[in-house]
Parts: sequence; structure tokens; C-alpha cells
Amino acid sequence: MDFGELIIECFSTLTINKMRTGLAILGIVIGIGSVIALISLGQASQKMVENQIQSLGSNLLTVQPGGQSNGAVRGAQGGGTTLTLDDAKAIQSSPTITSVKTISPEYSKRAQVIVGRNNTNTQIYGVYPTYAEIRKITLSSGVFISTRDVDAMSKVAVVGPQVVTDLFGEGANPVGKTIRIGVQSLKIIGVTTSKGGSGFNNQDDIIYVPLSTAQKQLFGASNLSSISIEAKSQEVMTQAQNEVGYLLLARHKFSDPTQADFSIMSQTDILNTASSVTGTFTTLLSGIAGISLLVGGIGIMNIMLVTVTERTREIGLRKALGAKQRVVILQFLFEAIILTFTGGIIGMILGILISFVLSSTMSLPFTISWPAILLAMGVSGIIGVLFGWYPAQKASRLQPIEALRYE
Amino acid sequence: MIQLKDISKIYKTEMVETVALSHVSFDIQKGEFTAIMGPSGSGKSTLMHILGALDLATSGEYILDGESVSKLSQDELADIRNRKIGFIFQAFNLLPRTTALKNVMLPMVYAGVSKEERLEKAKKYLEMVGLKDRMYHTSNQLSGGQQQRVAIARGLVMNPAILLADEPTGNIASAQAEEVMSLFRKLHEEGHTIIMITHEPDIAAHASRIIHVKDGVIIEDEINKKRKKANYQK
Repeated sequence: MDFGELIIECFSTLTINKMRTGLAILGIVIGIGSVIALISLGQASQKMVENQIQSLGSNLLTVQPGGQSNGAVRGAQGGGTTLTLDDAKAIQSSPTITSVKTISPEYSKRAQVIVGRNNTNTQIYGVYPTYAEIRKITLSSGVFISTRDVDAMSKVAVVGPQVVTDLFGEGANPVGKTIRIGVQSLKIIGVTTSKGGSGFNNQDDIIYVPLSTAQKQLFGASNLSSISIEAKSQEVMTQAQNEVGYLLLARHKFSDPTQADFSIMSQTDILNTASSVTGTFTTLLSGIAGISLLVGGIGIMNIMLVTVTERTREIGLRKALGAKQRVVILQFLFEAIILTFTGGIIGMILGILISFVLSSTMSLPFTISWPAILLAMGVSGIIGVLFGWYPAQKASRLQPIEALRYE
Repeated sequence: MIQLKDISKIYKTEMVETVALSHVSFDIQKGEFTAIMGPSGSGKSTLMHILGALDLATSGEYILDGESVSKLSQDELADIRNRKIGFIFQAFNLLPRTTALKNVMLPMVYAGVSKEERLEKAKKYLEMVGLKDRMYHTSNQLSGGQQQRVAIARGLVMNPAILLADEPTGNIASAQAEEVMSLFRKLHEEGHTIIMITHEPDIAAHASRIIHVKDGVIIEDEINKKRKKANYQK
């Protein structure tokens, strides 16, 4: 009996017992599919967070005022008022700082914005024109804030698409229209392109105004909430961080860096923090995937054990009619391989399909995790083949009459 | 053709030893139609399993068609069963949900017979047992008598030295039992060697020789003189 013959025999047995075959394949499909879908989803969300942070700008350092020290009590980061426009100008003009390309002083605060009967509470950013360059902001219509607007303290604003939707309705073109913040009226001169994002990190729900306008006309402040600094390259990030740090320490008259009333965070720091959060998330999902792999594996094991044990009589009959031990084992082994292979392929397609559907409905980037696929296929494949082969080889060793009488 | 010399079979469990066969010896000639009779627990099924090389004797020698079976390996036994023995089981033992044709072809698959020859022979033997128009019916679509005839076709298809039947009429209605028995007689007349195990005297009456077994020993070995249309051949 040659291999071709044996494989034909396997297929005919599998197609004759459609229910049994179907159930075995279903078990394998679910085992493999769920693992692939879960891991892919975890990786997709991690990737989304990374993408969002990358889109904030590259080679970016952010200087934020530290909380004011009051004896041993330290206030919240970003809560101080010690960072000023003069600091920013000093960084810009200092001859000792060589690694900084562009700086952008910023003042931001939440405020109520009113247009006619509509109003919304959103983040107002007082910025320099350099902000658009550093933060990679592009406009879908109109222009961004210019140096002249800052110098002249112009009452102009650039709004995010979310603000447009909230105040003017979806798809409206608000350029030239007027919005009211407090007692001041500002003319809209541009709309930014959508960057996506959600929650308090929504970059589409922002209004940009000239820094001078924000400080003096809207909020009556003289400090900055942050200074964004773009380094000349990725390699000089640390150098830039040090140069700016020492300059500000000197300007703020601190000798001990641990006492500083400001902090400098790099994009990498933020990315690391975010990655560790999403990493935890992925670990959690991998844990769930691991459990489903285990459950799937046990399912496959069960169905294989049951079907082969159920067929002990058949094994006895085949032996009585002249099948050699090797032929019986090979038949069951091939059947197990065909089952796990078919189930594996369907499970893989299903898993990819599920992660595609889920990532498109949850607007996540669609990723295929090949290690997850390999892991799921490998584990289920080994379990399927092992537990198809093991009871078959046990049954094939019985005297045919014992196998025939098996209940 | 068949020689049993001093065959014993002892089943051992942890506590008890059961003697199923004790020093059984007999010969069966080519072309004989032998019935082995006995009450349940007499050891007749054990005898049949040893004759069919489905099980090995604890001691003694069994020579089938010139080959000693007692000391063969599992795979060599499988080969003997395949080439020299045709089985007809009480419970038919057909592959479920499989066509009559495929069931009959199965022993030839293991013998390595070519596909064309398998198909041709299987059709020939199914025709012989009167199932020409039932070849593509699956086993569960056939009646008990029809299933038993498929099993007979499967038993004959390798043209074995002996046809071994274990209670061949045990699971079928009496009308169909007559049908099966007349088929056996026809096969006997054609020169096949048949060994049949039964506890029904009516069925045993069709055989030309009757061996009575009780408590693991042969108590009587007779030529069946009451057989209708007796044509005992040596």
C-alpha cells in the first residue's frame, strides 16, 4: 500500500464522516483563530499609540515648568509659572546652544468658545509660527499664524476640524467667520488637517491663536506653559537636552539639577512611557491569547482522543482484514495532519479576518502578527498530530480481536 | 489444510486464570464445510479467533496451509489474515457509512491489488452474492441479510484458503439466515473450505462435519449424516 493510496483512503474516511471531521476542524479553527486575532489586536493598539506619539513631531524636546517648591511639598508638573518668553528667547539666541534647530514657546489653557448659539469647551494654544513646523501641523484651508500676527497681537485663530464640527457643523468652511473667547472676538484664518486621536489627546479639538494674543488679550498671563524644542537631529537629542537644561538652570539660579523648577522631556521619554503602558496591555492580551491557546489545544486534544478511541473497532477490523500496524498508524497520522492543516489554514484566515474587521471598526492600524500565527499554528499542529497519532498507535498494538471487541 | 496440535489458550487477569481451550487437536481438509458447535462459554469463539489468526494460542501449534502461525509477528499475522482467511463476523463489521463496493475492496487495498483489478473483483463478488444493484449503497442503507452478504463478498474477494464465519446468522432474521446458508452451501459445492461457528443446531445441520466443543475440549467430532442433499467431499 503506497502513500498515494493511503492519502486517498484518508480523504475518503474524512469525507464520509463529515460531522466528526467538521467538529475536529472547528475546534482547531477556534483555537488558532482566537489566538491570532487577540495578539494582532494587541499589537495594533500598541502601534496606534506609537504612531500618534510619532505624529506629534520628531526630535522633539518639551520644557515644562515644574510645580513650585513650597518647603518639602512639590506642586504638579506643568503647574508652575516660572517659565517665561524670555527663557525661550534666551535659548534661541544663546551662543552656547548649538544643537537646537527651532523653538516654539506655548501658552495653553482651556476656555469656553462661543459662535452664535453654539459653544464648546476646548484647549486654546497661544503659539509662534514655528509651532506648525515642529508639530507637523498642516492646514486643510486658510493659513497658519504668522510672525506678524504675533507681533501685532492680532485677533486671529486657526481651528481644528473637531472645533469646526462642534461650532459650525460638519463640513462647514469657517474661514473668515468670527468666534468669541471671553470678551474677545477672533477671526478664523485657517483650519488644520485632521490628525486623529481621541480623549484629552485629541489634536483635532484645539484652537491656535498668536502667543501674544493668548497671553495678554485672552488670559492675562506672562508665563509659558511649555517650550517645544526641535533638535537638529536624533543624535544630538541628549546634547540639546543638556544645553537647554544648563542654560535654564543658570537663568533660574539653581545649582542642583534635582531642585530645578522645570523638566525637559524628550519624545523618546514619552514614547517609552506610552510603550510601557501599551506593553502591559499587550502582555494582558497575550495572557488571554495564551489561555485561549491552552483551551483550544485541550479542545483539539479532546476531539482527537475521542474520535480515535471511538474508532478502535475500526482499527481492529482493518487489522483483521490485513492492515499492518504501520499502515494503520500512518492512516491516522495523515488524517490528523490533514485535519490540523485544514483547520490551521481556515483558523489563520479567520483570525486575520477578525483582526481586520475589529481594527477597522475601532480605527486601529491593521497588523498581522506572524509570530502569533506561527505560535498558534505550531502549538495546535503539534497537539493535533500528537493526539491523533498517540491513541492510534496504542490501538494498533492491540490484538485485532481485542480492538474489535472494544466498547 | 488446517492442523491444530495440542492448542491451549489461557486468559490471565490479575487474580484469575481462565482456561478457554485445553489441548485441542484436529485437522480440517480442503473443501470441508465444518460447523463448530457449543454453548456460550464453551471456548468456540476463542477457537475461531485462533483459527483466524486474530489471536495467538498460549501453547500448541497451528499450521495453516503449510505455514506455522504460532510464532509469527503481528505484521506477518496481518499478512496471513489478508491472504489466507476470509472473515464473516456475527456483527458484520462493515465500515460504517461506506459503500458496499468500498467495503469489499478494503482487503485488496491492503494486499496492494491495483485499482482496476479491485473494482472488477469487488463487482464480481458482489454480483455473486446477489447485490449487483446495491453496490453503491452504504452499509447503513442495507438490511442485516444484505450487510452479511457484503461481508461474505468481502471474505471471499481475496480467494482465501478458508472462510471463517462466526455466528453468521446470529444477527439476522431466519428467512435471511436461510438465504445466507444456501449461499454457504453453494460456496461449499464450488470447493471452498468453510468453518462456521454456531450454537444453533438448525444452522449447523447445513455443514458436512460438526465439531462439538464444551468447556474448552472437543467432546464430539462427527460427519453430518442427517444433512439434506449430503454431498460430502474429501
